[in-house]
Amino acid sequence: MKIQLFGISKDIVGKRELEFPEDPSIVTVLDLKKWLLEKYPRMGNLNSIGIAVDLEYADDTLAIGTAKEVALIPPVSGG
Amino acid sequence: MIQIKLVDQIELNEIYSFLQHPEAGGMDLFIGNVRNHAEGKDVVKLEFEAYEPMAISEMNKLAEIAAKKWPLKKIIIVHALGVKQIGDPVVVIGTSSAHRQDAFESCRFLIDELKKTVPIWKKEYFTDQTVWVNAHP
Repeated sequence: MKIQLFGISKDIVGKRELEFPEDPSIVTVLDLKKWLLEKYPRMGNLNSIGIAVDLEYADDTLAIGTAKEVALIPPVSGG
Repeated sequence: MIQIKLVDQIELNEIYSFLQHPEAGGMDLFIGNVRNHAEGKDVVKLEFEAYEPMAISEMNKLAEIAAKKWPLKKIIIVHALGVKQIGDPVVVIGTSSAHRQDAFESCRFLIDELKKTVPIWKKEYFTDQTVWVNAHP
């Protein structure tokens, strides 16, 4: 599964998507956030970082498990 | 009664036509444009990108909330994507209702909430740098 990237998170990683880490200890949204912060420390400078699972904002405790689509949501700025 | 769209270019006439309804005595339109300055600096242009399926879904949710809260005849939300020049319209919210109060209130609600939750990102191009708006404190 790929993690889709947008806006500043795309610039930090340097590409549009990221392979989901093959690490059995990454179960929840919070685990994924911690992994991202460790791998890309510049994410820690952002105002917020959200994770969308199957097109919905996900709580930190949600298990990503069988999700079809995961995306990183940096602070939005539409309008 | 609800129309949600992400487009390359906003067509105001189409939006106006959509909002017309024989029982609607009031129509409210909010149009957000590209401004030529931000934080005291000259802006050259803006660029928008979206997580498109989720942006459509979030805008639909907002429209559904507005439809429950106010007696509206029509609701339209259109956001432009891609590079936009100074003065270009980038977002339009339109509501129509029997009386103006409901149209005014719902229109304001929709643009305020859109800015908080809809996954769309704006990059400002200044003469010397580019900045993703709201990204950093």
